[in-house]
Amino acid sequence: MGDKILVEAKDLKKYFKTSKGMLHAVDGVNFKIPQGKTLGVVGESGCGKSTLGRLLLHLHDATGGKIIYDGIDITDYKPKDMKELRKKMQMIFQDPSASLDPRLDVQDLIGEPLKNFKACNSKEEYIERVHEIMKTVGLADRYAQSYSHELDGGRRQRIGIGRALAMNPEFIVCDEPVSALDVSIQAQVLNLLMDLQEDKNLTYMFITHDLSVVKHISHAIMVMYLGQCVEYAETKELFQNPLHPYTVGLLDAVPVPSISGKKLSTQVMRGELTSPIEPKPGCRFAPRCPYATEACKGQNIPLYEVSQGHFAACVKYAK
Amino acid sequence: MADNLLEIKDLSVEYDTEIATVYAVNGLSLNLKNGETLGLVGETGAGKTTTCLSIMKLLPEGIGQVTGGSIILDGHDMVNIHEEEAQKLRGNVVSMIFQDPMSSLNPVMAVGDQIKEVLKIHNKDISEEELNKKVDDMMELVGIPANRKNEYPHEFSGGMKQRIVIAIALVCEPKLILADEPTTALDVTIQAQMLGLINDLQQRLNTAMILVTHDLGVVAQTCENVAVMYAGEVIESGSAEQIFGAQKMHPYTRGLFNAIPKLDEDTPRLETIEGMIPDPTVKVEGCRFAERCKFATDHCKVNPPVVEVEPSHFIKCHLFADENNGGNQ
Amino acid sequence: MKKSKKKIINSRVFRVLTARKSVVVCMIILAILIFAAIFAPLVSPYDPYKQNLKNMLQHVSLQHLFGTDAMGRDVLSRIIYGGRVSFTVGLVSVLIAGSIGMILGLIAGMSGGVIDAVIMRIMDAMMSVPMIIMALFLGSIFGKGLGNICLAIGISMVPSYARLTRGQVLSIKESDYVTAGTLFGASNIKNAITHIFPNSVSPNIVLMTMNLGNAILNEAALSFLGMGINPPTASWGGMVNDGYKYMTSNPVIAIAPGAFIMIVVLCFNMVGDALRDALDPKLRGTFGRKHKLVGKVDVKKN
Repeated sequence: MGDKILVEAKDLKKYFKTSKGMLHAVDGVNFKIPQGKTLGVVGESGCGKSTLGRLLLHLHDATGGKIIYDGIDITDYKPKDMKELRKKMQMIFQDPSASLDPRLDVQDLIGEPLKNFKACNSKEEYIERVHEIMKTVGLADRYAQSYSHELDGGRRQRIGIGRALAMNPEFIVCDEPVSALDVSIQAQVLNLLMDLQEDKNLTYMFITHDLSVVKHISHAIMVMYLGQCVEYAETKELFQNPLHPYTVGLLDAVPVPSISGKKLSTQVMRGELTSPIEPKPGCRFAPRCPYATEACKGQNIPLYEVSQGHFAACVKYAK
Repeated sequence: MADNLLEIKDLSVEYDTEIATVYAVNGLSLNLKNGETLGLVGETGAGKTTTCLSIMKLLPEGIGQVTGGSIILDGHDMVNIHEEEAQKLRGNVVSMIFQDPMSSLNPVMAVGDQIKEVLKIHNKDISEEELNKKVDDMMELVGIPANRKNEYPHEFSGGMKQRIVIAIALVCEPKLILADEPTTALDVTIQAQMLGLINDLQQRLNTAMILVTHDLGVVAQTCENVAVMYAGEVIESGSAEQIFGAQKMHPYTRGLFNAIPKLDEDTPRLETIEGMIPDPTVKVEGCRFAERCKFATDHCKVNPPVVEVEPSHFIKCHLFADENNGGNQ
Repeated sequence: MKKSKKKIINSRVFRVLTARKSVVVCMIILAILIFAAIFAPLVSPYDPYKQNLKNMLQHVSLQHLFGTDAMGRDVLSRIIYGGRVSFTVGLVSVLIAGSIGMILGLIAGMSGGVIDAVIMRIMDAMMSVPMIIMALFLGSIFGKGLGNICLAIGISMVPSYARLTRGQVLSIKESDYVTAGTLFGASNIKNAITHIFPNSVSPNIVLMTMNLGNAILNEAALSFLGMGINPPTASWGGMVNDGYKYMTSNPVIAIAPGAFIMIVVLCFNMVGDALRDALDPKLRGTFGRKHKLVGKVDVKKN
């Protein structure tokens, strides 16, 4: 394909210490995101996808593994080293209310990165740039002095997107950016994100639990379960040909808005998530898997390349 | 329509706060038969939760009030009923499940006791032994081992808490259950389990259900009939086949369908509904969707009639009135 | 742009404060009393120090609205002048407590670890001593006199502010908007100044207004115990102390200052309550405009 790989993770790990033991939030994740493309990260609560996003942005320190950005190993970067990179790597948060300082108005909110990075030489330039950003994300000028709580969820999320774009980043981690929005607003924001990607050649890591949304926006998808990647493929391939039993179960569980054909999931995945604290070696999905065998326990299952670019971590595909 | 369990006619509900008056529900009508499942669909602010609270006469005292219309539940007038009478019905004839299982359960009371509490209130003559048996049976029915009945809510996961909430709601075998976004806070796979459970129980006990949700997928999989709400009124209603059948649709409903990214289709760009829901503190004459509607005309300044476009499929829109020469009112 | 913003903020705060009639009444009462205290020489009917032993222990009359005390001094005048002491002590001690407490709380919350532990343990130790005893103790170190009383009472109140601020800081630290600040290149210190501190101030302000009443009571108690303001300076507490001996014959001389203490404390509490609402950024922009509503429902701004 020839696309430059912008973001790469090698065996990335993040463990948290708890009173009951080590919590394996992210446990050996590998991926490559080419520039200008979107990697969708899908999974349910507790799979580690949010932690993964924050790890890449150095909001947490990795417990193990490597993060490579634009060819440079940034795993051990200190806050000082990250300062320049912060212009290039940004995040859009899930909850627009929690991610906007309630005391600042729209202009201050969008302008914060401009101020911190001293991007503008004069007050006029600053105001002009803020208004430019507001226009890019579809916020009318008249909202510049409004406070975030005076605006609806869709507009608040636009503020969040605007801030992330302020310093012309290359890479944005989108952490469930539309989950808190109504369906009709969700569509507006998704369209905006896709348009921006095209205009500015942005690279996204799009984290979500919503399979239909991730299908719409991603070029490749990584399915996570309890801190590990269980399947990885290009979007079309994943939906046409899901390999890992968890992915199959996940797709099966999504209620489709149509009467024809599929009735409620026939093979409802039983049970609940096992604990991510001090997990035993072996497939972590086995307790809930309808195909589990003895081979699934005892040792960790690696990702097998089942077909070109399509990986699944299941003994079914062991060669 | 003697066999209607629930008849709501032209309901209007207001919230009168210090700051403003919110017109939450404006002329809502819907009917529900015994054992029927109705999906009440709409986005934030449509008035779905307010409708459910009104049915149970649980509007916040002093602030929420029914300003017009009627609600007849199992023969009882829920608008004018006395509080003592209403208490006899709550939990017994009509129950509600809320969205957030974390806050629906009392954190300092064992789960078994919470189920027992409802039973006790409505069955004053039952022996302790029989009560306990009923509690055990109910817990098994929702998939929680009965030996866990002395544990506290925080010892259960989100999905299991919601099962307990369902157990509490169904233990007195009510005729109607109001489920307000019961699975929104749950993971997709747990949601599937929960919907399966709700479906199963609903059929077994022949309970009528109103399932409030914004998720069209959930509605398609669990409900016989659908009512779409916008800005405090029902703008379309019909069977699930009719609504999902995509033949004739209210512009808002069509907009909703187009705005969802589909698993089974490829949509390069989502169609959006421009604009925002109307300010609920302002009373609007005419169609409340008109300002966002692609097909709006001058007609829309007048409140649109409810038109029966096919048997039992009603759409409140001028577009269809013109076709049917005036339609029904 | 900034000036007009300030104006808008002030007017919104004002609107919230004036939303409830009871609060407005309290503010008017306080304004009158503070005005009287400031302009005491103009307002007071008599010289509060002038003794007139022939006139002592007079009952309520037209010439002496609250009678006279044991030294023949007009009680009303002493109450008016006493207001100076009370309000000064109230304000100054609360400002001392607030500023030291907030800084300590901010440092503790932001630093964590040993620094946090040390600061908090000192605060715990101070809190375990009843405020009045602490004030007495500090008063004995600093000595009598208005300034020292303010210092003593102020320092005795520091722990509650430190604790409150620390709690606020700890929770705000985890907010997404602070994380966003980090992503925008802010250092910990910058985050603390731009985001964390401003958002932790408002509960402190409320506490300060509530504590104003407390501080006045503490001064009254200290003076009552003889540890406070030097006579013959009028102070409400001191007056209660002096008048207490004559409760049976001339109760007014003790009850009148006591009543004023009560009224002022009550009014400050009411205003403090309203101030909390006024400073809540989420309530900004909604009060006084009856046709707008903020909340769960999405509302278009016009």
